[in-house]
Amino acid sequence: MASREYQGQTVEVDAEGFLEDSSQWTRDIARGIAEEVGIGELNEKHWQVIEFCRKDAEAKGDAPGLRRISKLSGVNMKELYKLFPKGPGKLAARVSGLKKPHSCI
Amino acid sequence: MSTQTMTEEMAAENAVEVAIPTAEEESRPEPIRKIAIICSKGTLDMAYPGLILANAARMTGIEATLFFTFWGLDIVTEKTIDKLHVPTVGNPSMHIPTMLGGLPGMESIASIMMKKEMDHLDIPPVRELIEILSDSGAEIYGCRMAMDMFKRTQEDLVPQVDEVISAMDFYDKAAGAQILFI
Repeated sequence: MASREYQGQTVEVDAEGFLEDSSQWTRDIARGIAEEVGIGELNEKHWQVIEFCRKDAEAKGDAPGLRRISKLSGVNMKELYKLFPKGPGKLAARVSGLKKPHSCI
Repeated sequence: MSTQTMTEEMAAENAVEVAIPTAEEESRPEPIRKIAIICSKGTLDMAYPGLILANAARMTGIEATLFFTFWGLDIVTEKTIDKLHVPTVGNPSMHIPTMLGGLPGMESIASIMMKKEMDHLDIPPVRELIEILSDSGAEIYGCRMAMDMFKRTQEDLVPQVDEVISAMDFYDKAAGAQILFI
């Protein structure tokens, strides 16, 4: 298990950089991961997606797939690809401090 | 200090400066950056694999290009996109006798059952999947020769098809991609 430091906080991550323990997540960590993966500064829409993902994962026990995010978060598919251009399927979950989603839709 | 020790020391210094990759880094395979999928079949069970693979690629940041040719054109044709069927004859995975598979209505029943199962798994209908792919930035092309053969024009296709192109054009669009034929 590897560990990484984001804004002075050390967290455990898996081989692909997903947080091992989602309860360690903070907004500062999200900002740190966003910078690391090339998203840059998080805007209001990013936070809207992150908040939905965390709430949904808490309720369902699994990080939501992209179609689910686009249908329920209020941020549509096109916008999701603009917000997370290097792959919203993985990056939305990673920035939200969740495990890699199982859904491929 | 012997010459040999000096050389060793210099080599050690160099190693630090040049940052020689570790064995693990060297053996790590190059990630896939682009995929081009040729969809040549128009049955429901052959439509989904290409579309889902393309969508999964986009979700993880891989570029995706789709080329619909021959029967695959039905997947992006307005009149057929919502009516793709599961074949019940000549399909050993159906696990029913071929004679039964040929009875009237069998294909409809099999198709309805598959669509129900897909819906249960939250897999979108083909039309929605094509919309998702278009929104994701995947490139969607129809095959010129197949279009001529089936006497279709671009107006017959769903609006998400970017262009009707030749097979040679497809290779230009697929430059640098791994190609999948379905």
